[in-house]
Amino acid sequence: MTKIVVDGTEVDVPAEYTLLQACEAAGAEIPRFCFHERLSIAGNCRMCLVELKGAPKPVASCAYAVKDCRPGPNGEPPEVLTRSGQTKKAREGVMEFLLINHPLDCPICDQGGHCDLQDQAMAYGVDSTRYGENKRAVEEKYIGPLVRTAMNRCIHCTRCVRFLAEVAGVPDLGAIGRGEDMEITSYLESAMGSELQGNVADLCPVGALVHKPQSYEVRPWELSKTESVDVMDAVGCAIRVDARGREVMQIEPRVHEGINEEWISDKTRHAVDGLRTQRLDRPYLRENGRLRPASWGEAFTAIAARVKSADPTRIGAVVGDLAGVEEIYALKALMTSLGVTSLDCRQAGEAIDPAWGRVAYTLGTGIAGIEEADAILLIGTNPRLEASLLNVRIRKRWRMGPLAVGLIGEPVDLTYPHTYLGAGPETLADLASGQHSFAEALKAASRPLIIVGTGPLARPDGAAIFAAAATLARDLGAVTPDWSGFGVLQTAAARVGALDLGFVPGAGGLDFAGIANGANLDVVYNLGADEVAVGPGAFVIYQGTHGDLGATRADVVLPGAAYTEKSATYVNLEGRVQTTNRAGFPPGDAREDWAILRALSDVLGKRLPFDSLAALRRALYAEHPHFAALDAIAPSDAVATVETLSGLGGEPTRTAFVSAVPDFYLSNAIARASRVLAECSSLARVRGLEAAE
Amino acid sequence: MANRRLAPAAEQPASFAFSPENADWAKGQIEKYPEGRQASAVIPLLWKAQEQNGGWLPQKAIEAVADELGMPHIRVLEVATFYTMFALEPVGRFWIQLCGTVPCDSCGARELKDYLHHRLGAPGHVSADGNFSWLEVECLGACCNAPMAQINQDYYEDLTPDLLGKLMDDLAAGRPVKIGSQVGRTSSEPLGGADTLADTSLFDGSRVGAWRKRFEEKEAEGDSEQGKAEAASSEQRAAAEPKPARPDAGRAVETPATDAPAQRTAVGESPIKASDKVDAADGTKSTTAPASPTAPAPVTIAKSEAAGAEAGTQSSLPRNEPPPQPVASGISADVDDAQPVDTKDSASKTLTAKPSTSRSSIPRKGN
Repeated sequence: MTKIVVDGTEVDVPAEYTLLQACEAAGAEIPRFCFHERLSIAGNCRMCLVELKGAPKPVASCAYAVKDCRPGPNGEPPEVLTRSGQTKKAREGVMEFLLINHPLDCPICDQGGHCDLQDQAMAYGVDSTRYGENKRAVEEKYIGPLVRTAMNRCIHCTRCVRFLAEVAGVPDLGAIGRGEDMEITSYLESAMGSELQGNVADLCPVGALVHKPQSYEVRPWELSKTESVDVMDAVGCAIRVDARGREVMQIEPRVHEGINEEWISDKTRHAVDGLRTQRLDRPYLRENGRLRPASWGEAFTAIAARVKSADPTRIGAVVGDLAGVEEIYALKALMTSLGVTSLDCRQAGEAIDPAWGRVAYTLGTGIAGIEEADAILLIGTNPRLEASLLNVRIRKRWRMGPLAVGLIGEPVDLTYPHTYLGAGPETLADLASGQHSFAEALKAASRPLIIVGTGPLARPDGAAIFAAAATLARDLGAVTPDWSGFGVLQTAAARVGALDLGFVPGAGGLDFAGIANGANLDVVYNLGADEVAVGPGAFVIYQGTHGDLGATRADVVLPGAAYTEKSATYVNLEGRVQTTNRAGFPPGDAREDWAILRALSDVLGKRLPFDSLAALRRALYAEHPHFAALDAIAPSDAVATVETLSGLGGEPTRTAFVSAVPDFYLSNAIARASRVLAECSSLARVRGLEAAE
Repeated sequence: MANRRLAPAAEQPASFAFSPENADWAKGQIEKYPEGRQASAVIPLLWKAQEQNGGWLPQKAIEAVADELGMPHIRVLEVATFYTMFALEPVGRFWIQLCGTVPCDSCGARELKDYLHHRLGAPGHVSADGNFSWLEVECLGACCNAPMAQINQDYYEDLTPDLLGKLMDDLAAGRPVKIGSQVGRTSSEPLGGADTLADTSLFDGSRVGAWRKRFEEKEAEGDSEQGKAEAASSEQRAAAEPKPARPDAGRAVETPATDAPAQRTAVGESPIKASDKVDAADGTKSTTAPASPTAPAPVTIAKSEAAGAEAGTQSSLPRNEPPPQPVASGISADVDDAQPVDTKDSASKTLTAKPSTSRSSIPRKGN
């Protein structure tokens, strides 16, 4: 620890701190444009200049280390002045230079109101210009469908370039030319190839890069901001939902060090327009083969007629990828009271049994725990598409120090160097028998981490693959009481919560494939499962938000609320319990899902014992106490689970592994309704074809 | 400098690959750098690619170099657009890079620029015969022979419009030309010839070594009468205006509080007997210090401080304590051991005016 005096306050900070960090530790605010905590230091905007006693000139505090400061003549700690006249004058000079070429278009700039340059010009700007020359004009660049450019406004902080190169690992942006002619662009104005590209617009301190889909649509001061959780994948990123009136206008990231740091994927951010289109806003009833609008009463009567006449063994219920814990709990309670055992939430047919233990369906180390791993084996998963922010964390770990990453499955670009081991289960067997060279790296690691995708588990031989992977983990010693280096990478936001609730077939019940077959059952209750269509035969009740596959096949459609329209609990792939908050109301006659089930239970004569969300949660927490611990991961016995899994046995086939998410941008009903994500998807497909050539 | 962009698609070749010998050469360049640092070879490789492609860099060459070095294409484009030495559009058979930076400009680069404008038109365009294209660039580092231009690989210096015109004619006609200075000087020798060392004054001590002579003269002056008088007057001045000699001089210096017999012996005085001390004491006055300083005392302190400040010294008296009692003999005020040695004169003057405090004191001998 080193002592340093900031504006007369002495603070004790680690020697490797920069002056900027030391000043912040002392409570002084330092303006900055190019500096960002999670990116490398560029030191090119010069806005963070401070006066350092003894230094001949002001120094850039973001790039000057505390340990490089010289002590005073009698050994006094170095002194920094952040409010001195020299500091202010230096910053005013920098600001004046920045504004030479910056256009005065704040009234039509999307960044207006949340612009760093605007804010800091209030403190350090001068009221008029001393430059008679024309401002520089720069052509707009096309850098993708999600980020609009207004390059006249660029101040060359290079945050976007550094983000893509360092965090996203897709170095598509660069600065061409030099001096005044420097321009930020992608190579020949091709679209950026990152699934995190929206973050560059967040990072841009001025209005040079703005979100294209929300262009000219929103002003920051007219939005109501609700802190919530994302459900586009199982990572459960912390988000802020910005709504104007009833309508969600944009989704921005929130900082959560354990999950997404401060980034979100493009799917999370730009699924917004999917929340407006294709929505189910009233109940529908199928008559003569066609769905017609109906009232809630009509719909419930039709359901009651079919359910009451059906035998409980010929009723089934399935849960999709976006359902919250509350409605799954309510559905399970309703179905149990009817005596139904054909329940399933494993939409893809994964060979996962919650009875094996929580490690069998979560990632035991947690996302932040990846930073402690020293060798990672990915089995049948492409984390870049299945859990983008988890991939960012693996990349972060790789940047911190040497990391051996092995991949079995599809050969994909993970954005960090990795060893491609093979395509299918036989490679896993080779690895287990030590024949593969990567086995040495795994053995040498003190904290190996084995991540199994849900793609391989969703195959008929899923259990056998699971067993083989668990055996490998056990033999490597990857799972110990203090390091559970074995986990499953879930891709659906609802899955872990549903498995926690035990929404799987009871005694004699059919599994998902059996229920979806349709012919075996009279009535199927479909709570938002849109990836698999129920076969002909059964009477299908679909409760969900979007007119997608599930609603198309349904005989009764009950309109529910999307994740931005209700307070619902979701459990992410680490097993972390989080809740969304309501940013707006569901459209039309749509209702919150638990309330629909509660109302239906009344009609069916099996009234559920709760009349409010609070009462529901009381009952839920009494039955499953771990849901009450928000933002916490309930501990589980990984060693026992891996022992159970490795005892499953079975012989895997030789088919190659396939990722659970074939198209990143179209992985759920909300994303499929989004026009923006559809454009991204087609671009990604073209890029994939080009790469394959 | 204008925005530098790749050449239009119509001018771009369909493909680019290093010729076998250039590929070998490139491999040699790459091998110079340790594993993982291959990107360091980007500038040599771009240069070779430009050379192979007739003096300019097409898009495919940039991509080929990037692929060779395992760099993203944009990273190589950044380098290629940064340096003006990489031409991104086709150039003439002779590519003239005219330096327009200050030294060349002040030696006439502006006339050369006008000449090129007149002869070849706007920069960046290949002349109709395909022989020339030109560009104004920043300093090429040959300022001593300004103004200059680089034509393909070589520097041509000391140019005038006429010389440049002739040079261009010769180049176009394939006649041999002289590289370097066009006015006959060798490298950067003086314009009139290599006569710098021919100046005899360099060797007679009037220029080289003149400082030593001056010092020797100064030393001799020190022995003279004038020097002695100067030294004497400076001694006087030092006595009149004492300056701190040591870092702690001028500050409150610790002086012995006691009047020990050994101290008196050391300065050649006879020790005072204890019985004499008792006799000298004034029995009517208390020997203890008063509880609070008497009124005149602070005045004295302030004055002595002022005196110290005049003498360029600092007071280290603590402000939050009662000031120490000025030491006064009660009989004679011309001695004051508590005062800094070097400010004795001024301090004792101020003390003279002050009334004696009721402090027991020992009669001391004045200095």
